Amino acid sequence: MPITLLGRYLPPSASVALPLFMNAVPAGFPSPAQDYIERTLDLNELCIQHPAATYFVRAEGDSMLGVGIFSGDILVVDRSLKAVDGDVVIACVNGEFTVKELRTRPALQLLAHNPAYAPILFGPDSTLELFGVVTTVIHSVRQRG
Amino acid sequence: MYALVDCNNFYASCERLFRPDLQGRPIVVLSNNDGCVVARSAEAKRLGIKMAVPLFQVQEQIDRENIAVFSSNYALYGDISARVMTVLEQQAPAIEVYSIDEAFLDLNGLETNFPLVEYGLQLKQRVYQYTGIHVSVGIAPTKTLAKLANHAAKQYPATRGVVDLSDPLRQRRLLGLLPVQEVWGVGRRLSRRLNQQGVSSALALADCDAAWIRSHYSVTLERTVRELNGQPCMALEECPPPRQQILCSRSFARRITEYRDMRSAIAQYCSRAAEKLRQQGGLARVVTVFIRTNPHSQLETFYSHSASRMLSIPSADSRLLSATAHALLQSIWKPGFRYMKAGIMLSDLYPSGSFQPTLFDAPESPAAMRLMQAVDNINRSGRGQVRFASEMLSSGWQMQRNRLSPAYTTRWDQLPVVRA
Repeated sequence: MPITLLGRYLPPSASVALPLFMNAVPAGFPSPAQDYIERTLDLNELCIQHPAATYFVRAEGDSMLGVGIFSGDILVVDRSLKAVDGDVVIACVNGEFTVKELRTRPALQLLAHNPAYAPILFGPDSTLELFGVVTTVIHSVRQRG
Repeated sequence: MYALVDCNNFYASCERLFRPDLQGRPIVVLSNNDGCVVARSAEAKRLGIKMAVPLFQVQEQIDRENIAVFSSNYALYGDISARVMTVLEQQAPAIEVYSIDEAFLDLNGLETNFPLVEYGLQLKQRVYQYTGIHVSVGIAPTKTLAKLANHAAKQYPATRGVVDLSDPLRQRRLLGLLPVQEVWGVGRRLSRRLNQQGVSSALALADCDAAWIRSHYSVTLERTVRELNGQPCMALEECPPPRQQILCSRSFARRITEYRDMRSAIAQYCSRAAEKLRQQGGLARVVTVFIRTNPHSQLETFYSHSASRMLSIPSADSRLLSATAHALLQSIWKPGFRYMKAGIMLSDLYPSGSFQPTLFDAPESPAAMRLMQAVDNINRSGRGQVRFASEMLSSGWQMQRNRLSPAYTTRWDQLPVVRA
């Protein structure tokens, strides 16, 4: 697949990361490079729209391999989003958190993305409790652990 | 117009947030050292578990009723609290964070174009949606009345958790229902005195003559009376004044008899206090150390002592503060006692950079400040800890927190697990 380079990533730190130019600046004359200072990229900006409503959880199991969620992956969960049909959600089922795809049509159900798992159906009078909507999967391809 | 937003059963609700299996199960949270109950879920309250009751007194009931028990997990509560406050900040022109689970909102200007109950319900819904925490909302023209409105919102389920007390008739009706000790700022002692003078309900206090209250009680209580009558006397404190001293003190899990253990404890408290000091951007000039044995023991002689030293210039350098604390400890330590508690206090605080050193003082070195900053960053990152060796001389005296839940939101290795 074609890959586009977006820029350099620097991890955020408590102090603001400022690009530093090592070349000497003649006194009284501003560096021409000053006009080109750009912020470094912050991964949080990309993955987190609502920090106060965002929780991280760890997935365990293989029922969602089809959407690219592997056992051990970290999921970014945004509680502020209203879940709609087709969203990958964290739901409370039998006193346990589970990650599945939400389907509201034709009937309310939670869908696994692995043929080995059956959908979880909800009758007309049972309630489905959602913890939040998964927006991003953090999956390291280098070292699994 | 003010709103007081208060989280319902905050600590217990935090414990339940990542434990769907605890739905409907009574929960209690214990104090430091797992000594007594400091927070209860609604279910535990219904079972009659009282606030501040020692754990051993209710142990039997805990087993019988299958009550879930947790040590206080301040990392978790602090994180969830910050989230709640952030959501509130986005919903009001100004807010005052009053405690870990309460905030006053300034609604001035909002009432003209928005029904306040509707606003409160939306606020409540939004906080729950974003954070998973239920809150109650009390709305009134003064902070004191907003407190009472909040109390009513919690008390009466028909209110759906939101009470708007902007109507003076409703204010008086509610005041008539509440005993005077429910009023913000009226403690137990004060309410006893008021009761003796025939002031037993909040309404009776509101109807007292303000000048009479000032001459017989205090200006503070006079302000309360005015506030109960809908006259705002207390404004929102958006940035609380920086703390005047920083105290770090704890009872030990078991008595300390060895100097080595005490030194380690003092070193740890000192590090924590210094960290707090740097967090508020301050420097301290006076270091105080105190140690004491159990004052209630019949069998042992009571020993309690403290010592202070003034530094030549204020500092936030853990190394200097720690060395000072150690010297102070040496001066008050007496062997042969079984120490129950120790602590350190940093006082005479200055905002960083505001102290004028004399000609002969070495000013705070930027390198030292950078080092401390680096230490704080590492300790906050959750990836590891940097400690002074003196803190590690011994352990075992440390707090008992046998039933601590994971740091779900602040440690990568303790995230909640979801089944995939």
